[in-house]
Formats: sequence, C-alpha cells, structure tokens
Amino acid sequence: MTSSPTSTSRTNVAAVGTALAAGLVFGLGLTISGMINPAKVLGFLDLFGAWDPTLAFVMGGAVLVTLPGFRLLRRRGAPVFSQMFRFPTRSDIDPRLVGGSALFGVGWGLAGFCPGPALAALGAGIGGAALSGSGVTAVAVFVAAMLAGLAVPRLLPTGGPRTTSPAPTRQDG
Amino acid sequence: MENFTPVSGLIGGMLIGLSAVMLMLFNGRIAGISGIASGLLARPSSDTAWRAAFVIGVLAAPALYGIATGPVDIALAGGPALLAVAGFIVGLGSSLGSGCTSGHGVCGLARLSPRSLVATAVFMTTAFATVFIARHLLGA
Repeated sequence: MTSSPTSTSRTNVAAVGTALAAGLVFGLGLTISGMINPAKVLGFLDLFGAWDPTLAFVMGGAVLVTLPGFRLLRRRGAPVFSQMFRFPTRSDIDPRLVGGSALFGVGWGLAGFCPGPALAALGAGIGGAALSGSGVTAVAVFVAAMLAGLAVPRLLPTGGPRTTSPAPTRQDG
Repeated sequence: MENFTPVSGLIGGMLIGLSAVMLMLFNGRIAGISGIASGLLARPSSDTAWRAAFVIGVLAAPALYGIATGPVDIALAGGPALLAVAGFIVGLGSSLGSGCTSGHGVCGLARLSPRSLVATAVFMTTAFATVFIARHLLGA
C-alpha cells in the first residue's frame, strides 16, 4: 500500500457507498421477485400443494448473472475498492455444514423467511407501505430471533463461524 | 400454479445476481446475507461499515419501492411465536452451516463450490420436508 492516508479514507468511503448500492439492488431484487413474501416462498417449498416454481426462476436468474460475472472478475485480479477478491476457499464437507444447513432448511420451511427476505420485509414494513403494525412487529420478532441464532455459535467454546487463517475468508455466505 | 410469476422472478433474480457481482467487483466480498449480518454482531472492525451499509440498502430498497409503487404483498406464515422459533433456527442453522440462500445458494452455486452445492441440496431438502409435514401431515 503506497497510497496516502487521504486516498485510503476516500477508498473506504467509496467501498461503503458501493456496498450500500449493492444492498439496494439486492433489496430491490428480493422485492421485485416476490421473495420478500413468505407465502410465495412457501408456495415453492410446497411441492404437493399449488406449487409455484417462481423461486427456481429467481435462483436461476441470479446464477445466470453471478456465474459469468464471477468468472470475468477473477480475470480482473483485484476489486476496485479493496485489495483482493475474498472468494471462499474451503471445500471440505463437515458435519457442521450439513447439520447447520439442515437446521436452516427447517426454519426456512416453517416461516418462509430466510435472512435476506426477512430483512427486506422488515424494511418494507418500516417503510409503512407493505404491512400492518402487528405485521411489522412479527417480522421484527423473526429478525431479532434470527440475529440471536446467528450469534449463538460465536458464544460456543468451539468458537464462532470458523475463521480460516490467515486471511479472513470466514463464512461462505 | 396460479401464483407463478416467472418474469418478475427472473428479473428480480438477475438483480440479486447483479448485486452479488457488484459487491465482489467493488468490495471483493461475497453477498451472503447471513455472513454479513452475523459479522455485524461481532466486535466492530474495518468490515463493520460496509456490512452495515449493505444491510441498510437491503432494508431501504423495499421501503422505497413500497413508497413509490404502493403496498407490496407480504403474507406471514404464522404468529410471533412461530416466527420467533423459526427465526432462531434460521439464524443458528445458517451460522453453523456458514451460509444461507444467498451465500451458498446464489454465490456458492455460481462458483460451483462443493460445500455450497451440498449445503443448498441439504437445506432445500429439509425445507421441502418441513413444509410437507407442516401442511400435509399436520394440516397447519
């Protein structure tokens, strides 16, 4: 790093701005796709009901962009406002991955909410456009419980989400 | 299939993918919501600001969209008790499993990551099973 303190802080501000922009696009995508609505997600997960395949189109549409997108980026070498691409590097399949994912699926199936859509629904509710007062409270309950659940593994003696040294590759998602 | 909306699904999905590519292009990070949110629960670091900014964006976009276009459909699956239990399981599971539908499902599948392929197959399976049991066996 040969950049001056001023240009470094400018880069930091830019990185926060681009993260905000990416978050806005993400939230917009969740809203337009209908995934912000648990009923729609459960319509996909209910294979033996009035099945709604929309979620598959959402995942497909996303991967249609990320698959070539990530490939092009790897050729680029480095991100615009950071030193390196932090693509996860782990490839082992351990009980924690399988058990955690199994548990996640159960919670997802119960409520029709996963972390992104739950946050987006909370935002919609706070914006006042989508939900009644009690609805916003219920979504807030889900998000608060979700944050508590996310925090629990950090409190376990085995340590939180496995930090693979030395680079902070951390979580996959 | 009366609620099937493939076009808006595809467009929304492509926006989600675009967001993931943006975050990697500019910040070098994977757009995994559970990872980003759980990172915010850790001790403040140099990553706190961009994570908070991303989450604020996810919250703000639907709010602004609703204000611009009118109410968005959000039908909750149950009352606060069910949502509290489900929320805790979702948080715990995605933390232990190192990701959710965005990190494993979208970003991981695009990288053809074996961990993400397994994680996605497992959570899809248990989610299908949970809904089947809840709706068709228990009649909830």
